[in-house]
Amino acid sequence: MKFLCIDCDQQMQFAERQVPGDGTFAAAFRCPRCGRSVALLANPMETQLVGSLGVKIGGRTLDAPPLEMVRGTIQGRDDAFLEEDGVGSPVWSGAAQERLSHVPTFVRGMVKRIYADYAVQHGITEITPDVMDRARGDLGLEGM
Amino acid sequence: MTFRTYRDVVGADGSGIAEQVGAQRLRVRRQLRAVRHIVAVVSGKGGVGKSFVTAALARSGAARWPHRIGVLDADLRSPTVARLLEAAGPLVVTDTGVRPVTGAMGVRVMSTEFLLESGRPLVWREPDSERFVWRGTLEATVLREFLGDVLWGDLELLLVDLPPGADGVADLRELVPQLTGVLAVTIPTDEARESVARTLHAAAAAGIRLLGLIENMAGYRCPGCGDINPLFPGNAGPALATAFGIPLLARIPFLAARAPAPEDWDCERVLEAIT
Repeated sequence: MKFLCIDCDQQMQFAERQVPGDGTFAAAFRCPRCGRSVALLANPMETQLVGSLGVKIGGRTLDAPPLEMVRGTIQGRDDAFLEEDGVGSPVWSGAAQERLSHVPTFVRGMVKRIYADYAVQHGITEITPDVMDRARGDLGLEGM
Repeated sequence: MTFRTYRDVVGADGSGIAEQVGAQRLRVRRQLRAVRHIVAVVSGKGGVGKSFVTAALARSGAARWPHRIGVLDADLRSPTVARLLEAAGPLVVTDTGVRPVTGAMGVRVMSTEFLLESGRPLVWREPDSERFVWRGTLEATVLREFLGDVLWGDLELLLVDLPPGADGVADLRELVPQLTGVLAVTIPTDEARESVARTLHAAAAAGIRLLGLIENMAGYRCPGCGDINPLFPGNAGPALATAFGIPLLARIPFLAARAPAPEDWDCERVLEAIT
């Protein structure tokens, strides 16, 4: 999308963007020659349509973080994502995953994190039921 | 007053939308550069066992190529394949991407199943009004991020389990120009034949290679005598294979007591055909 200052026959330049409320998206453009400004006001539907593309009006200064749109738009479980701590995360064996699936969902993320931290601290690259048993014993996690 | 065209007005648009979209596509290409074969598993009709076939192929593939099989569940609204592959989140986010969840036999899986509460539908945070306008775009964006932001790594085969419908395969081809082809799944009925034919026509029109066909629930195997008797009327598998000139790679019988195992159908032959 380009904005042309008709009087100057000059392309206007992006100046700023705002989200003033009610889903409206506002973007201001200014003519570099005469200084005249115009504002583009998009209604919520238009705002959402453009936003759905995963692009930023006015351009990006940083690369999009991984799954930016997925994380920003899907309403889901709070424990869906785990930030890596800069240390390689261990792999879960099928049997360990199966055991983990019996943990209630509302604490599963936390429990998984505890086992993962234990594995990292002990240099374990794969979490198996045996590793889970050891962690439970060492950390006093009976019942998890 | 005479206006110049967009391209006549020299200079960037200030947002670099085209460049941003180009960067998104480049990200997908880079993420998939070490994936040898990308195969879409399609149907057109729901309930034919597409996800079951995807999971079975993934397991068989993992036996042949350990840790080199991936499955992307593109059925965002009704994800099932992650459960079939015993894969559960959370997803680990790194600086460079999101790690796929490792499921049964080391299959790498990405699915909305990891994001949703058990049994809850896919719900967007966005306003409810006019959702029909933007929902398709948002779903395509999610699929693009699943392809381009997940650290798929070095894979022999990435199976993409597409939702029912004829248009998804062309959308996937736009995101993944190097798509190896499509594998279609049907059941014997005339209704399934019609639906799958629409999808195959759409794939062919998009210039996508038709790798073959699988007929699921192709008869009922009697647990007593072992004979296979008809379960549904119709012969969609052979009819579609003839109509489109593609191989009918397998016919999977319905078993009463358990899900068919790879040895109940020619899973290996299917893998040979699609890789």
